[in-house]
Order: sequence, then structure tokens, then C-alpha cells
Amino acid sequence: MAHPTAHEHEAGHPTPGTYAKIGLFLFILTALEVGLYEITYGEHAGAFGHEIQPFFVPLLLALSAVKFALVAMFYMHLKQDSRLFSGVFVFPIIIAAVIIFSLMVLMAYHWAFAASGG
Amino acid sequence: MSDHAPALETSTGLDSRKLAIWTFIGSECLFFATLISNYLVHKQQWLTGPGPFPHEVWTDPATGKVLEPIIEIPLVTVGTALLLFSSLFIVLALYGAQKGRRGMLLGWLGATILCGLFFVGMQVYEFTHFVHKGLTLQRNMFGASFFVLTGFHGTHVTIGVIWLITMFILALRKQLPSTRSLNLEIAALYWHFVDVVWVVIFPVVYLIK
Repeated sequence: MAHPTAHEHEAGHPTPGTYAKIGLFLFILTALEVGLYEITYGEHAGAFGHEIQPFFVPLLLALSAVKFALVAMFYMHLKQDSRLFSGVFVFPIIIAAVIIFSLMVLMAYHWAFAASGG
Repeated sequence: MSDHAPALETSTGLDSRKLAIWTFIGSECLFFATLISNYLVHKQQWLTGPGPFPHEVWTDPATGKVLEPIIEIPLVTVGTALLLFSSLFIVLALYGAQKGRRGMLLGWLGATILCGLFFVGMQVYEFTHFVHKGLTLQRNMFGASFFVLTGFHGTHVTIGVIWLITMFILALRKQLPSTRSLNLEIAALYWHFVDVVWVVIFPVVYLIK
């Protein structure tokens, strides 16, 4: 079986221009995250910030997920590389998300039980 | 020494070193998941202990002393932006390595190392500042889970910086030709992972109250 050479392997990778555009987009998303924090809880928080407070955490997590996906797909080349690499990376991330969610639910019940004097 | 990377036959047709770093990164996801879980499950509990706390003003009931929120978002935002830019810089360095453009490789790799050093410096300053403000590993639940989570991340960044400096020295000595660019690609994958972990830690620890 013929194996791809280093040059064949890198053939599908993005160009420096694409990398730069993604970098700029990542920077804008980070500025949005901090801006969202400032208008919701910062010194400049106003009525609008109060209104969006219930959506603050989901919005922040969504922005974070987009940044994570962009770095993984384009900078880590998962979009172009073998799907085996994606599987080796994504499967533990799913387990990690389940661990985080399960522990939060479990501990929430635990603290609620403890607070009720149980 | 030959400039050509050895052609390894594998059953998957993929380079074993690249598969190994991806497997390692997968295991690291689980490692950081436990640390993030630890931080999150104690998030609602830390207010029962003595301050200072990340976003909350806390008054010591014994002395009446008021402790201000401890986190400095502007400084960490700069560190976060530089870590993100370092991911851009290292893909440009890798592009230079793959195309045999030594100047591009050295320039962007040097910029990546500088960003990494700034981030580590930022974290050292932050930790020192927190200790001076009274927040230590033993002080409260926030201190314990915060220092463990961000400390382990900082350790990973430090290891990444050392790895990249090694790559930089190899490139300076002309021992990183385009045929060996996979060596830099593996280091870059680790560096990107360190970046994406921070992409999660930054909002979870610093922005979400």
C-alpha cells in the first residue's frame, strides 16, 4: 500500500490567507465573549445586560464551542486529515462532556440533599 | 544524516507518530475534563469558605474586612488573545517548514514562543498577585480548584514552550527541513490542544459567575 509523502499529505491544508482570516475571526469571537461579560456583569452593565443575563452562559458556551471547532478543524487540520484522527479526538471529548455533565448533576443533588439536612 | 523522513509502513496508512500524539491529546481531554468538573462542582460551594472569591465581594464576619473580587479580566483577556494568535503563528511556521521557507519558519516560530512566554509570565504574575491578596491553594474551595486547574494548564504551556524552543534550535541548525516538517506538526498539534483547552477554561473560570 502506497503511503502519502509529506508534500502529498499537506496538499489539502489551508493557505496562510485562510489561516489569517480564521485568526481574525477567533480574535473577534474572544472580543465578543469579553464584551458580552462587560455589558452583562461589568461596570457598563445596564438594562440590556439584565435582559440577556439568562442567555449569558449558553451564549458564552456557544462562542467557546465555535472557537474550539475552528481551531480543531483548520489549525489542527482535522477537516483535511484522516477521519481516524477526528475519531480519536472527538470520542474522548464526548466522554469528557458526559463526565462534566454527570458530575454537575450528581453534585447538585448531593448539595441539595445536604442543604435539606438529609 | 539523511534529510528524508523514514517511510514507515503501518496498517492504517497513517504515520504512527501522528496517531500517537492524537491519542495522547484524546487522553488529555479526559484529564482536563476531571479538573474542569472539579472546579464546576465546587463552584456553588466556595462561597461558604473564607474569601477572596473570583467575582464576589466578601466581608470577613470576624474582622469586618471587605475583600474585593480578585479576578482581573483585562490582563487575562490579553493572555487569551496572545495564546489564540500563537495558534495562528505556529500554523504559519508549519506552512513555512513544509514549503522549505526557513525565514518564515523561524520568524513565526519565534513569535509563537514569545506569545507562550508572555502567557506563562501572565500566569506567574496572576498567581503571585492572588497569593498577595490572600488566595492560596488551601484558602478556600475556589483557591484549591482554581490553582489546580489553571496550574496544570500553565504547566502544559510551559512544556509546550520548551518543546517549541527545541524546534526553533533545530531549525536554526538547519535540522528541520521540509521533509522533516512532521516533527513540527506534532509539536504544533500539542500547542493547539493547549490553546483549545484555554478556550474552554477562559469563559468557564473567568467570565461565568
